[in-house]
Amino acid sequence: MPCTVTMTVNGKTVSREVEERTLLVTFLRDHLSLTGTHVGCDTSQCGACVVHVDGRSVKSCTTLAVQANGASVTTIEGLAAADGTLHPMQAAFREHHGLQCGFCTPGMVMSAVDLVRNNPTPTEHDIRDGLEGNICRCTGYHNIVKAVQAGAEAMNSPSAKAAAE
Amino acid sequence: MANPNGVGASVRRLEDPRFLTGRGNYTDDFKRPNMTHLVHVRSPYPHALVKGIDASAALAAPGVVAVLTGADMEADKVGSLPCGWQIHSKDGSPMKEPGHFPLARGRVRYVGDAVAVVIAETKDQARDAAELVVVDYEELPAVTASTRAVTAEAPQVHDEAPGNLCYDWHLGDKAAVDAAFAQAAHVATIDLVNNRLVPNAMEPRAALGEYDPSNGEYTLTTTSQNPHVIRLLMGAFVLGIPEHKLRVVAPDVGGGFGSKIFHYGEEAVVTWAAKKIGRPVKWTADRSESFLTDAHGRDHVSHAEMAMDQDGHFLALRVSTLANLGAYLSTFAPSIPTYLYATLLAGQYKTPAIYAEVKAVFTNTAPVDAYRGAGRPEACYLIERLVDIAAGVAGLDRAEIRRRNFVPASAMPYQTPVALQYDSGDFAKNLDIALPLVDYDGFAARKAASKAKGKLRGIGFSTYIEACGIAPSNVAGALGARAGLYECAEVRFHPTGSVTVFTGSHSHGQGHETTFAQLVAERFGVPIENVEIVHGDTSKIPFGMGTYGSRSLAVGGSALVKAMDKVERKAKKIAAHMLEAAETDIEVKDGRFTVAGTDKSLGIGDIALQAYVPHNFPLDELEPGLDEQAFYDPKNFTYPNGCHVCEVEIDPETGVTQVVAFSAVDDFGNVINPLIVEGQVHGGIVQGIGQALLENCVYDDESGQLLTGSFMDYCMPRADDVPSFTVRYHEDQPCTHNPLGVKGCGEAGTIGASAATMNAVVDALSAFGVTHLDMPATPEKVWRAIQNATPALAAE
Amino acid sequence: MYAFTYQRPSTLADAVAAAQAEDAKLLGGGQTLLPTLKQRLAQPSALVDLSGVAEMKGINAVDGGLEVGAFTRHSEVAHSDLVKATIPALASLAEGIGDRQVRNMGTLGGSIANADPSADYPSAVVALKATVTTDRRTIAGDDFFTGMFETALEPGEIVKSVRFSTPDKAAYAKFRNPASRYAIVGVFVAKYGAEVRVAVTGAAGSVFRVPAFEAALEANFAAEALNGLSVSADDLNADLHASADYRAHLVTVMAKRAVEAAG
Repeated sequence: MPCTVTMTVNGKTVSREVEERTLLVTFLRDHLSLTGTHVGCDTSQCGACVVHVDGRSVKSCTTLAVQANGASVTTIEGLAAADGTLHPMQAAFREHHGLQCGFCTPGMVMSAVDLVRNNPTPTEHDIRDGLEGNICRCTGYHNIVKAVQAGAEAMNSPSAKAAAE
Repeated sequence: MANPNGVGASVRRLEDPRFLTGRGNYTDDFKRPNMTHLVHVRSPYPHALVKGIDASAALAAPGVVAVLTGADMEADKVGSLPCGWQIHSKDGSPMKEPGHFPLARGRVRYVGDAVAVVIAETKDQARDAAELVVVDYEELPAVTASTRAVTAEAPQVHDEAPGNLCYDWHLGDKAAVDAAFAQAAHVATIDLVNNRLVPNAMEPRAALGEYDPSNGEYTLTTTSQNPHVIRLLMGAFVLGIPEHKLRVVAPDVGGGFGSKIFHYGEEAVVTWAAKKIGRPVKWTADRSESFLTDAHGRDHVSHAEMAMDQDGHFLALRVSTLANLGAYLSTFAPSIPTYLYATLLAGQYKTPAIYAEVKAVFTNTAPVDAYRGAGRPEACYLIERLVDIAAGVAGLDRAEIRRRNFVPASAMPYQTPVALQYDSGDFAKNLDIALPLVDYDGFAARKAASKAKGKLRGIGFSTYIEACGIAPSNVAGALGARAGLYECAEVRFHPTGSVTVFTGSHSHGQGHETTFAQLVAERFGVPIENVEIVHGDTSKIPFGMGTYGSRSLAVGGSALVKAMDKVERKAKKIAAHMLEAAETDIEVKDGRFTVAGTDKSLGIGDIALQAYVPHNFPLDELEPGLDEQAFYDPKNFTYPNGCHVCEVEIDPETGVTQVVAFSAVDDFGNVINPLIVEGQVHGGIVQGIGQALLENCVYDDESGQLLTGSFMDYCMPRADDVPSFTVRYHEDQPCTHNPLGVKGCGEAGTIGASAATMNAVVDALSAFGVTHLDMPATPEKVWRAIQNATPALAAE
Repeated sequence: MYAFTYQRPSTLADAVAAAQAEDAKLLGGGQTLLPTLKQRLAQPSALVDLSGVAEMKGINAVDGGLEVGAFTRHSEVAHSDLVKATIPALASLAEGIGDRQVRNMGTLGGSIANADPSADYPSAVVALKATVTTDRRTIAGDDFFTGMFETALEPGEIVKSVRFSTPDKAAYAKFRNPASRYAIVGVFVAKYGAEVRVAVTGAAGSVFRVPAFEAALEANFAAEALNGLSVSADDLNADLHASADYRAHLVTVMAKRAVEAAG
């Protein structure tokens, strides 16, 4: 029995009629064609599907679209500035080669942004611990850790803070 | 001035912006008008007869378009998935090659074997209906362990493979080995298991089939490392579609690690079904489905012995291996435990005589094929574990016994006793760099410090060598490959000087779009952003053998160099014509074509423009256009090598092993992009550590069920499982036989790391009398090894 | 997932009414339920989402402890200054559940009502002398967990809040499954005056206390007091990752570590 789901996704209000069992990730990928959010597992382990719901990172494969009804959702497509300037975390991932095949990357970046927002100056241990919910098979995490450290520094810079306001 | 984006520069990847902004194009991202969704009905039993399939309830379910079975495929004369490599047994007989159909015909042979497919308007509807397909199974006894599969009473997986034996193969000089053992002062032995792994690229496999009745063309979009090979195998052997009517696209692919080399049944099913139902058909695996049906890796059980003289010099190596191939032969499966394994058993050592026997068996498990390293990690692990044991037997330091037996750089090129000829390498140099890098001399103090904290510390080496750039067609053919393994490239200069490169290599994380562009930027002095690398589409690229075996740069990159050579030759002719000079007087440097001794010169852009807008070319000797194609078939494999050193700390109370340091010193020949190369090493190391400490694919031999069927039970390495690494490379030993001098870096980390890690674990436990532990060294296994130690040792 | 209907009541009374529907299931954060549904291991007719019920939210100081609403997410408990100041071991336990994203969704009520044998919270409910308040009654923490995935809750009964008693000292030490990150063994140790509680999760079908450990720690609240003590492996879980006797061993090790961490 379809229900209407309305939420703000990357700043735009969207409304779709979906089956109740529709996952948030399916809503984003299939109904909104926002295919940057990926599905890498079916047991809530890999984190390729991480998005922000009302500012907190969640696994969109383990969230129903109806649970996000009325919420504000940010996906990887909504992270860069309107003019296309990469978010400092995105830029840091590129600078430090924190991605290879790119499949885990959207979830990894979204988790990293959430991590830094909660802990602006994370240590290597904090980063490794904080990325527990994201699996990458390519990079061995070495460069992801470097990228998140650099991304955190960049996010803390006055200009980035001003842009985030 | 060197090009800032040329060879040797850590150019930031050109492909990254699309991945970082969610604009990658992976197979599951594609949507087509009128597209349907396909879900498989898979066997819950490891071995059973399929006595009937009742699809009536499924067909009546909402949204269902079709239910198709093996019988439907048989009626349409769909063929068996072909195997690309043939091995002959000791007695000269060819390997057993049973049929491997995309949808089972009358019998299923592993949990996950596909029985039927349901196609519906939505994926949920297809899933709902798949449950309604009633399959009448008659269960048969099953076997999943290779050691049981070879016993007399084992269930038979295939009627045509008695004793479950696919082949019984050998390599080397048995008589020479036997003679050497008779003379040996010391013999080191080991029995070990190389644990089965699930590759687990983060993007699950997916395939989208389309058929256009207006022109009879099929398009398959698939998660593949080598679309041309899929087109060849599926078109010629399975579906009978000629190449000009079959386009295979491998768009952005989210990691492969070998598991996406092979032609899988699902690719044939969606392509065939698309025509049958007249609509596009998409299938995307759930992770659970990937666990059951992706080709797995490793799964060897081996016994090995090393004969030594009084001083610990290796005299001979004897190896006997049992390899589990799973229920069916995957595309490259037979080659992995033979020519990619036994040929590497010399390692970095001048062992004069080597003899290896390999029995490969069928079991009721998912097919086993190449997984990152593919045969070479198994060889490296066996040798490097055995060398550590040999050091103990001979009473030598583990670094010293290696040094004592290295093939010296002066002996290059070196013919091993197991078919390969190493072209270059300075193994002692790798060790010389590594020992101070890891402060080997300071290890004893670190161990004491750990002990003071109640921890056990160990250090382990792995001095590995591998054969990469999988290609030489003549060598591969002699070893049983049913096709040559060259690579193709086309370089197309456009009129305004931008360049499109078409390569048969495929990038699924390796960064070809950057590295290959660097080669072009360096050669012709064009801005790197004016170079586009196109890969993964059979309708655009002349041909390709794809990416596996660390071959892209060594073979694909060399093909690109050959094509650039041709472009340059032609550009020279055009320059000569434009500058009214003799061709022999044109000098070329950094993309400028100059008449020797003059200031008359042209850039490649000027030449490209003239090539497309000529007015007065001497047409009998100069055609318009600047677009050249080349195929490159190397003379030999390349031989990346190095020294990996791992240091671990073990908590004896819980058995938890922590990798506290890992250093890699590698010889990859010349390096084009250090940033990318180091990234490949990092990722490889973690897959090696994963095998050593965390990952294990376990089937229950009684029930035949996969016990590690999700990330809940199959332990993937996470960020907090590993440290940061120290990675060094040197470029003193370029490959001698390819134009770039490159060797390949994609698999080295995985090949070296598992042995280094386990050698460190065993070293840490040596105080307890432990001389070997099978991977993975899980906390319980380590804890048990400590509990089982002799009381006298444990008390120390 | 099979199809289901969905409701999001805004009062506990409405939630209780909705939960009466045949085969209805309550939805907390969904971090266990949704994976179960995705694997088609359950087929509820209706999901009753409790996220709109204001009465089930919030963390409050109460006499002798903390009252935590059932629909309080793990991350809220982990980051709550009140929890950190009052029962830091509880915040630390919550910070170790699952991963960051799971903690951002998963709820206390969902965790204890599900009673997964490898969940963390049950050990806190038992060790911290909790009482569980439902829509209709209070249940002592000691009586709440009755078996593997089984609780004292009646069909349709909804956990409203959990009241934890503030201990003098407490800590939780977990040995996690390296793959799933659930507890293979988790031991919560809490000291109340002369009384010590040791609650073990992960090791058996349901959380249990270890009287021998408690007695030893009541005599001497120090890790070495547990030397030579162990639980029987007889009724412990065994799986691919840990045999029963390894789990039994880990119970002692983790108990000692918890005592050390409690200080």
